[in-house]
Amino acid sequence: MIVLEELRVKPIKEGTVIDHIKPGKALKVLKILGITEEHGDIVSIVMNVPSQKLGKKDIIKLENVFLDRETVNKIALISPMATINIIKDYRVIEKYIVEPPEEVVGIVRCQNPRCITNSKEPITPKFRVISKEPITIRCHYCSRVMTEEEIEKNII
Amino acid sequence: MVSLKGKDLVSIRDLTKEEMELILSETDKMIPIARGEQSSKILKGKILATLFFEPSTRTRMSFETAMQRLGGGIIGFASIEGTSIMKGETLSDTIRVVEGYADIIVLRHPAEGSARLAAEISSKPIINGGDGAGQHPTQTLLDLYTIKREAGEIEGKKVVLLGDLKYGRTVHSLAYALAMFNAEIGLVSPPTLRMPEEILKDLKEIGAKIKEYSSLKEAIKEADVLYVTRIQKERFPDPTEYLKVAGSYKVDLKILKDAKENLIIMHPLPRVDEIDPSVDETKHAKYFLQSFYGVPVRMALLKLILVG
Repeated sequence: MIVLEELRVKPIKEGTVIDHIKPGKALKVLKILGITEEHGDIVSIVMNVPSQKLGKKDIIKLENVFLDRETVNKIALISPMATINIIKDYRVIEKYIVEPPEEVVGIVRCQNPRCITNSKEPITPKFRVISKEPITIRCHYCSRVMTEEEIEKNII
Repeated sequence: MVSLKGKDLVSIRDLTKEEMELILSETDKMIPIARGEQSSKILKGKILATLFFEPSTRTRMSFETAMQRLGGGIIGFASIEGTSIMKGETLSDTIRVVEGYADIIVLRHPAEGSARLAAEISSKPIINGGDGAGQHPTQTLLDLYTIKREAGEIEGKKVVLLGDLKYGRTVHSLAYALAMFNAEIGLVSPPTLRMPEEILKDLKEIGAKIKEYSSLKEAIKEADVLYVTRIQKERFPDPTEYLKVAGSYKVDLKILKDAKENLIIMHPLPRVDEIDPSVDETKHAKYFLQSFYGVPVRMALLKLILVG
C-alpha cells in the first residue's frame, strides 16, 4: 500500500527513487551524488515526511537517471538505511539497501586540521571504512578516525 | 625471506614482527661501528637526504651520524629557512625534486600524514622522522632495541608506561609494538591523561596484555622496564594542578626502593623533571644509552633498506 505522504510527489516513469534517507539529509545526499543545478532532468525532493521505519524520512526521485551501485553506496556514509528503487515504466525493477563502500575517496574532508590533506598539497582525501555499523572511517594519511556525525559535517 | 630493501617506513604498523626482528638483529652488528671501534663503507656512494621541515636535532643528527658511519653521504636542510618551501613550494614538489638527488629520504614535517604522502609520490624509499603528532617509527624501534639489549628480551617483560599516555604518540606506537612481541603492558598516568579508549581497544584486538595501575608506587614493584614520558605543562589549565600531578609521577631514589633489582628506566628525552638527576647514577638509568641506540638502529635501517 502506498502511504499517502509519498504521493506528495507523483510516481515517476523511469529513474531512481532514493527512499528512507535520514530526515533532513536529502540535500547532502544530492551533494554526494554530484547532482547540481546543471542537472537537466526532473529532481523531486521531499523532506521530513512521516515514516513507519524511521519516524521521519527524506525521499529523492531522480527522473531518467539510473545510478550504479558504486555511486549510490556513497550515500551510506550519511544515511545507512537508505533504500534504492530503480524504476522502469512505473515499476520497481530493482530494490536494495545502500551498503557502505570499503574506501571513501574525495567525498569527505579529514576533520584533523593538521592532516596533510588539509594543506595546499595536491591530494584527494582518502579513508578506509573500518566499521560499517556504526559507520566509522580512518584517514589513509593521518589515521584520524571519524564517526557518522563527523563525516556528515565534513562532506566536501 | 624477510627483506626491507627498497621499502618505506612510515608507521611502525607497516612492519611485521619478522621485519622488526630483522632490524633488531642487524642493529647488534652495527654497535661497534656506531661506537667508532670498527669502520664500514657499506653505503659508500649512497646519498641520504634529510628534509627537516621542523627542527629536531636528535633525530636528524642520529640519522646523519648513522649514514656517515656506514660511508654514505648526506644532503638536506635542518629548517625551511632559505629553501624553496619559503617561496611556497609544496611538499609534493620538494619530494619530486629531491628524489632525483638522493637514494633515500628522511622526512620530518609538521603535518600528520605527510610521510605517507611523500612515500606515495617518491620512487625512492621514505623514512618517517616524525610527522607532527602522527608517527615516529624509528623512535619505537630504538625503544624496542633498548629493551631487548638492556632487559635481555622483550617477550614476557612487564613494561610500565608512565606519564602522558593520552597525547604521547611514542607510547601509542611503543604499546603496539610491545603487544606484537608479547610483552606485558602496564599503564600509569594522571586520570586526565589516560590512554584513549580507542587505542586500548585496538591493542586488545591484537591480543595485548594490559594492566592499569592506580599509582607509580604500585606499578614499580612489578616493572621490568619503566618507560617515563614527559607530562606537559600546557595540558593543564591550572598550574597548581600541574605541579601536584607532576610531583606524584616523579621518579626518584625514594620510589625506586621498591623496584626490582634489574629494573631498567627509559625516557625518549628531553626530560624536564620527571626523573630526578640523582637517578642518573643508578644502574637502572638507561635513557642516555637508549638515545645512543638511536644511531645503530638507524644504521641498520639504512643498510637494510638500501642494500638489503
